[in-house]
Amino acid sequence: MSDVVSTGSTTRVSLTVNGVRHDLDLPARRLLSDALRHDLRLTGTHVGCEHGVCGACTVLVDGAPMRSCLLFAVSLDGAEITTVEGCRSADGGMGPVQQAFHECHALQCGFCTPGFITTITAFLDDNPAPTRDEAREAVSGNLCRCTGYVNIVSAVERAAELRREPTP
Amino acid sequence: MTTRMVGEPVKRVEDPRLVTGNGRYLDDLGHDAFEVAFVRSPHAHARVVDVDVTDALDVEGLVAIYTYEDLVADEEEHGTRVAQALPLLIPHPTLTHGRTQHALANGEVNHVGEAIVMVVASDRYAAEDAVERIRVDYEFLTPIVGVEAARAAEHLVHDDVPGNVAARMVQETGDADAAIDAAPHRLELDLAIERSASMPMEGKGVHARWDADDESLTVHTSTQTSTSVRQAVAAKLNLPVDRVEVVTPDVGGGFGVKIVHPWPEEVLVPWAALRLGRPVKWTEDRREHFVSSAHERGQLHHVRVGYDDEGRLLGLSVKFWHDHGAYIPYGLIVPIITSTQLLGPYKPGAYRVEFESLYTNTVIVTPYRGAGRPQGCFVMERTMDAIAADLGLDRALVRERNFIQPDEMPYDQGLIFQDGRQLLYDSGDFPGSLAKLKELVGWDDFAAYREQARAEGRRVGIGMACYVEGTGVGPYEGGHIRVETDGTVVVSTGLTTQGQGHQTMLAQIVADELGVPFERIRVTTGDTRRFKYAVGTFASRTAVMSGSAVAVTARAVREKALRIASDALEAAVEDLEIVDGNVRVKGTGENGASVDLGAVAVLSNPLRYAFDEAAKRATQFAAPADPDKPPVAEGESPGLEASQFYSPPRSTFANGMHAVVVETDPDTADIKVLRYCVVHDCGTLINPMIVEGQIHGGVAQGVGGALYERMEYAPDGQLLNASFMDFLMPYASEVPEVEIDHLVTPSPLNPLGVKGAGEAGVIPGAAAIAAAIEDAEGITIRRMPISPSELFHLRLENQEAGS
Ligand code: FES
Ligand code: FES
Repeated sequence: MSDVVSTGSTTRVSLTVNGVRHDLDLPARRLLSDALRHDLRLTGTHVGCEHGVCGACTVLVDGAPMRSCLLFAVSLDGAEITTVEGCRSADGGMGPVQQAFHECHALQCGFCTPGFITTITAFLDDNPAPTRDEAREAVSGNLCRCTGYVNIVSAVERAAELRREPTP
Repeated sequence: MTTRMVGEPVKRVEDPRLVTGNGRYLDDLGHDAFEVAFVRSPHAHARVVDVDVTDALDVEGLVAIYTYEDLVADEEEHGTRVAQALPLLIPHPTLTHGRTQHALANGEVNHVGEAIVMVVASDRYAAEDAVERIRVDYEFLTPIVGVEAARAAEHLVHDDVPGNVAARMVQETGDADAAIDAAPHRLELDLAIERSASMPMEGKGVHARWDADDESLTVHTSTQTSTSVRQAVAAKLNLPVDRVEVVTPDVGGGFGVKIVHPWPEEVLVPWAALRLGRPVKWTEDRREHFVSSAHERGQLHHVRVGYDDEGRLLGLSVKFWHDHGAYIPYGLIVPIITSTQLLGPYKPGAYRVEFESLYTNTVIVTPYRGAGRPQGCFVMERTMDAIAADLGLDRALVRERNFIQPDEMPYDQGLIFQDGRQLLYDSGDFPGSLAKLKELVGWDDFAAYREQARAEGRRVGIGMACYVEGTGVGPYEGGHIRVETDGTVVVSTGLTTQGQGHQTMLAQIVADELGVPFERIRVTTGDTRRFKYAVGTFASRTAVMSGSAVAVTARAVREKALRIASDALEAAVEDLEIVDGNVRVKGTGENGASVDLGAVAVLSNPLRYAFDEAAKRATQFAAPADPDKPPVAEGESPGLEASQFYSPPRSTFANGMHAVVVETDPDTADIKVLRYCVVHDCGTLINPMIVEGQIHGGVAQGVGGALYERMEYAPDGQLLNASFMDFLMPYASEVPEVEIDHLVTPSPLNPLGVKGAGEAGVIPGAAAIAAAIEDAEGITIRRMPISPSELFHLRLENQEAGS
């Protein structure tokens, strides 16, 4: 007879997600992507490969883009996390990168989109006025099977423009 | 004045939801559902001798473990058919040895990844804990991997399928062999294309909920056909169809793999929900998608061709071998398409094509965007280039000389297409398209550029490829449109959406046909609660089929609105028009008498009860009515709504031509696409922005298929690169900018003049890129994809041959 395989022991972790603090009791092996999606029900973060290659699960951890499918949630106690839901404008509408994706037809099925939005948000923080080559380079770590990337690269440029425009 | 919406690059209504993280994909549903994981075979070919679950029983959170025997017991107890083999979806008289898989293996596994045991647990973590502790004993059988091994047939995939041959099919027009033998010039070519796969970013997934009180089952599945899944699930579970609904949530890409149904999981997950009385969910992970969904493309071709001094085809004979994997649930669609669409825009003279569809111990092969056409296009276009090289003629000229001319349309190729109908091209202007392409890419000036690059030590080359794509296959699609009393227009069609912007595109059509503002239209697809009759989303058919269906439905609603409004406005129907959602007398402008469609909807539905303000206007004492007439006029029905279907006699045929410029590195043999030009004819463009997006995506998949993507099977049947780390899908850094020009030859077959656009972009990729590399290197290319290392070795072989 084998031992009971228990996953019962949990660790208390405090995550601030999109400005809201959550205290969660999680098993040590719970991935950040699952904690966000299924414990906090922020399903905007998508999982396309669960091995760190596609970038669909990208979120910002203390401002830096990271792959939430490769992180254990308990390792991020105290971290500030931004997901695609947190890239909206203050009134809950589309934020500049999201608006740019809409205008440029930079999404089709939308499954990869959240990872691009977070990645580009962080990129434009560092480089507010990229060239087209830089824009292409910036999104070259994320997979999209639908768009062929042409319009995503355009959306990076357009998002940079939108972010420079004074908010009315 | 309302502007026409069809033809405008209208921004998508889907986007605001999807870009803000508010999409609802399969795994976004059912956070509290039980979750499923599978024990899948690690062996390509084996008998399952024993399954021992003892160690798994103590896993915390375990709910149930099912094997094939449980399915058999369930059949005896409840009359279900879950234990029986999955359906052969598309039978064909030549498919003499069709074999399909079981939802859980019944004693034999035929590819790595085939499901053997289903585990249900409180969540996926617990389910995988249990999976790890289940032991399966196997008796090994010899794996058959690749076309050569299947043809040799020293061992069999299925004991009762001699030669590993599921089907052998021949089509012929004229006497091709005689024509080739009599031709002044002849060539033979061996060509090969390797396996790739649809590989949507979202894998498959199923969520099922059984409502015991209502005795009804609701299934959400990431599918390309909800209506047919509904029928299949009801049949498998022995439920009245009436008690089953299938809803397609947002789908993260399909590209063909999700048209196959029912997948084992689409049967097993609903079955478990039914037996357990709790919601159950399965979300495919990426490795599962690699080893247990579907692949495509793998074929070997042998071509014999005869032609005259001008390069005109006199006879073409193609024999090819199609590796369809372990089972053949989707029938012969892919090789039939290859064998017919290979002809492209050309007149082949006499044509004979023969193929064998072969079993191997690998993942099944079912349509992936392009569905057999990229292979056919590769074969025909390589042949054209070989003829040009043989005769020393310009490659574009040889193509031009073989084109079907515009005045020969409609053109009958004399074959039977994948829908069982004639291969009859409805429209197209191939010389016109070629002229545009040559202009766009600068074909005639390229030789000078190549020379100049050579002088600088650079190697550049150009290639082109042409295709014709049968799109919009039948049998039918339908639409339902209802105008609500607040003027909202609710549209539904049964086929599904995987990112093509159907909600936007269909709303554009309805806006024009009905005369209502685009913003008032809400479109639902793929929900059997809303629309029960449909075929599915594949073969670039939505714009043609559902587009036409909602167009004719909108016309019916419009007629009904005008009939009702003509009473209210006391004007003849012929004198009325609908503008911006208002019915008014023509020529009276905005100030004339008018009635808005919401009010017409109220009038259409005479009521007894005033449950809201709008209803008040329709109650029996509210409006003076002719006391001698029934409240609902004879032949009418209440409600401003209609449902219509569109069923065309045969497919429409879109076409296009691509030209590619590549540069190859003289030292490293790295291959870079410098320019990618597309001329595209999909008939009337409903939304050019969406069409171009489809082309971009297709081109990226074409580039992937030409330069990067292949399924690396080891001889023992292990898929060596079953991850995104090793299966190289292109990133933005690998995909070129795409230059597009359109030629519009409307289809005469449907009310909108549209031809499909979804798959086109991918079709000529491998062919055009092979031609460009050949041009840059002066080395004959006969297999795709090609990696830098393969090109490097080709160079060495070539040098040796030359020295
Ligand atoms: S899901 Fe995390 S990188 Fe793909
Ligand atoms: S939009 Fe579908 S994967 Fe990118």
